[in-house]
Amino acid sequence: MKIVKVAIIVFPGSNCDRDMNHVLSDVFKLDSQLVWHTDPLPNNVDAIVLPGGFSYGDRLRAGVIAAHSPVICEVKKMAERGMPILGVCNGFQILVEAGLLPGALLKNTSLSYICKWTEIIVKNNKTPFTNKFKLNQRIPIAIANGEGRYYADKETLKSLKKNNQIVFTYAEEINGASMRIAGICNKEGNVVGMMPHPERSAEQIINPTNAKPASLIFESLLKTLGVTA
Amino acid sequence: MSLTPTEFDYLEKKIGRKPNPVELQIVAAEWSEHCSYKSSKKHLEILPREGKRVISGPGYDSGVLDVGDGYVITVHIESHNHPSAVEPYGGAATGVGGVIRDILSTRPIAILDGLRFGDIEQDTHARWLFKNAVRGIADYGNCLGIPTVGGEIEFDGYFTNYALVDVAAIGFGKKERLIQNHADEGDFLVLIGGSTGRDGIGGSQFASDKLEAENRSAVQIPDPFIEKLVIEAILEARNQNCIKAMKDLGGGGLSCAISETADALSVGIELDISLIHKREENMSPSELMVSESQERMLVLTDQEKLSTLQKICEKFHVPYSVIGRVTGDSMMEVKAEQETIARLPSEVVANAPLLDRPTSKPKYLESMELTKKPSTPKNLSEVLLKMLANPNIASKHWVYTQYDHEVGIRTIIKPGSDASVLRLDNGKFLSVKIDGNSKHCYVNPRQGAIGCFDEACRNVVCTGATPIGMVDHLQFGNPEDPEIFWTFKESIQGITEYAKYFEIPCVGGKVSLYNETDTGPIKPTPLIGVLGLIEKKPLISKTIERKDFLVLVGKTKDELGGSEYYEYIHGAIGGKCPVVNMKSSKDNQQSVLELINQDLVQTAHDCSKGGLGVAVSEMCIRNEIGCMISLDKISAQKIRTDELLFSESHSRYLLAISPKHIKNTKSLLERHGVVHEIIGRFLGSSVVFKDGKKILISVRVDKAREKWLNSLESLVSHG
Repeated sequence: MKIVKVAIIVFPGSNCDRDMNHVLSDVFKLDSQLVWHTDPLPNNVDAIVLPGGFSYGDRLRAGVIAAHSPVICEVKKMAERGMPILGVCNGFQILVEAGLLPGALLKNTSLSYICKWTEIIVKNNKTPFTNKFKLNQRIPIAIANGEGRYYADKETLKSLKKNNQIVFTYAEEINGASMRIAGICNKEGNVVGMMPHPERSAEQIINPTNAKPASLIFESLLKTLGVTA
Repeated sequence: MSLTPTEFDYLEKKIGRKPNPVELQIVAAEWSEHCSYKSSKKHLEILPREGKRVISGPGYDSGVLDVGDGYVITVHIESHNHPSAVEPYGGAATGVGGVIRDILSTRPIAILDGLRFGDIEQDTHARWLFKNAVRGIADYGNCLGIPTVGGEIEFDGYFTNYALVDVAAIGFGKKERLIQNHADEGDFLVLIGGSTGRDGIGGSQFASDKLEAENRSAVQIPDPFIEKLVIEAILEARNQNCIKAMKDLGGGGLSCAISETADALSVGIELDISLIHKREENMSPSELMVSESQERMLVLTDQEKLSTLQKICEKFHVPYSVIGRVTGDSMMEVKAEQETIARLPSEVVANAPLLDRPTSKPKYLESMELTKKPSTPKNLSEVLLKMLANPNIASKHWVYTQYDHEVGIRTIIKPGSDASVLRLDNGKFLSVKIDGNSKHCYVNPRQGAIGCFDEACRNVVCTGATPIGMVDHLQFGNPEDPEIFWTFKESIQGITEYAKYFEIPCVGGKVSLYNETDTGPIKPTPLIGVLGLIEKKPLISKTIERKDFLVLVGKTKDELGGSEYYEYIHGAIGGKCPVVNMKSSKDNQQSVLELINQDLVQTAHDCSKGGLGVAVSEMCIRNEIGCMISLDKISAQKIRTDELLFSESHSRYLLAISPKHIKNTKSLLERHGVVHEIIGRFLGSSVVFKDGKKILISVRVDKAREKWLNSLESLVSHG
């Protein structure tokens, strides 16, 4: 089996980094590494993950300080080269703040943190993280955020739609997000940001539903990187 | 902020001179009730602390339990009542922070919290306290990335204008990495974490007195981001063997941490307060010594490891200062640059003279016998719906959906169930629950406390776990009142009796006294946390199917004193408090565990607050299925049907059993000789209670669900 290297970038305050590492390395047997934000990216990285948490304690705005961290310049370079990059929850917020993805993430309409299981619908199954899904396939998945309401102006939403950049939408109204958006990608499709937590939903034992877990997000990455068909 | 004249004389005699003002402040902080346990310590000694899984050592801030394969669980419980009553957001948040720092020998994997407020239906201030305490816990715990996996909440008029906020923390890690807590002469004293400011000055004394004025400066300010960095820095330092001993800075600040560390490790400590990193100018030596600024840890390291420790702190941008050294004598010596400003034997500082408080049975207990029982209401269906909407019984999803309860990806059984279950790295599972019941404890302090213990055990048993350890948190009013102190002693004797009978060691605990509201003391509120271990697999509730049987294990008695039915429906305080029969409780526990282990049970549910009526409804609501229950199948004596429905007798379990397993279930229960009856079957879409042919209650499940699910949320979201 081909050895694939995934870097999980850890900022001060990241707290889903170890969960992501467990899923990538223990469940999917990838060579994943936790990379402290001041350390250089390891050589020959095949994919990058920005994990969830509260980087810099969500000070100023969720993700904004981490977005100005030097390592993000490296991430941008890799993004331009077409490398698969996934931002989950706070990682999504960082990608947006860094300008790698359009729009903004605002406080949920309830003004409260929401931790629960919900369903999302796959709207783009061409990205490196969704190519094993059927279009409109539903995925039971865990969400946990306080600033998870995706917002973009009309123009941006229009172009997101036009360019097939909406990757996931919520099956139910959950936090007031524009068009119920749960995840988007860049125009090229290689950079994906999502508020729900695939790493919390990839193992059957932790999944309270009987439906297929969100593991296909990781299986898609394996396919993209040529580990599996 | 001072010593009593007797304590002053004792101190003077011990040190052979008059203490100077700084020394007096240091001693006053450490000898506060909060830090010294001077009222309670003698009585706590009766609790059984030994057990085959218990690992103990000098100066551990937490209890440690061996869960096999080289792994341990650490656990600790604390409250932050006085601060939360004044400033609920910061009080509750720093309550989480404080208890987490006590278990840092391992990585924290779970938080549980117990919350108590006044009557939120009537009292908008209670609602404000409740909402903000929940938000404080959520904002702090969520940022740390430690899941808040469970807890319990109670509302009662006796907590008006007050709040009880209890937090339990659980850690998990390798046994070999536990910090051994030892020190040698010349070792360095490093203060790691947040800067020291004027917040929380005198917090421990504030918490050791009646809440008379809103002393906001005594409340600590939360900063979860610093705490997160401190956690990561401490764990990395632990992995690199940089920590010889450590101690959280909690109540009493440096005064407590230094004197207790020196005393526990039998060394002396010398420190220079001018070296402390501060957030405010011109702090006096006493302020520096008693400040309870949060997110601070004291670490002892040696010459060889000091620079590694410093590098780790720098990596995480955690401020630190090397403030002193370990000395060969047994003194704690505080300097301001060259000048010695306090020099005291740490053994004296760390060990306040203990008290023998008088007790007397409270007079109010004489009126707990109800001369006349409340009469049976006409419409029991309505009563059941009202019970389900009762904030003490209704779903707490509004609370736990604000807590990140999934981070760490261990939470196999999630909040909202009887107990929460976490997966461990050795393939085993940990089941955790905390329980309290101030209503029962008020009516009968001893039986009430035993009942809380039994309830917490039942909850973990319902997930298939065997209880392996407990922590207790004893919360009472002013101990100087002999009647209150009597209730404290009764509770602790009850807990001890249960712990010994069930061989469940007490691995940690806390006492919080002086919990007084404007109108008097709180109801006695011992809180029991139980840890259960599952060797193979937990009972993850399977969906109840049509025609499954409902089996009741345990005896229902006329025990409605302190019940939700008496208090919420009838406004009657008093009556007979539920009493636990130790032997049958143990038999019931073991039988239910055996049934679960043999895979005979679809789902198991503890029968507690609101009794049978509520417990069956909850099973129906969760599974969206009706149930037909025949109360006449229950072999209870001399008990009215409404009492049968809502009695809170302990040691009872409700099991949903599939028809194919009913025979084996029955024969196992018969073999063990436990009281049990098949009382109903799941079918239809209504909860129906019958007595013979007479229908007592018929409530549609969707209607019941609506009441149970939405009542708490609609209360808090409308002001």
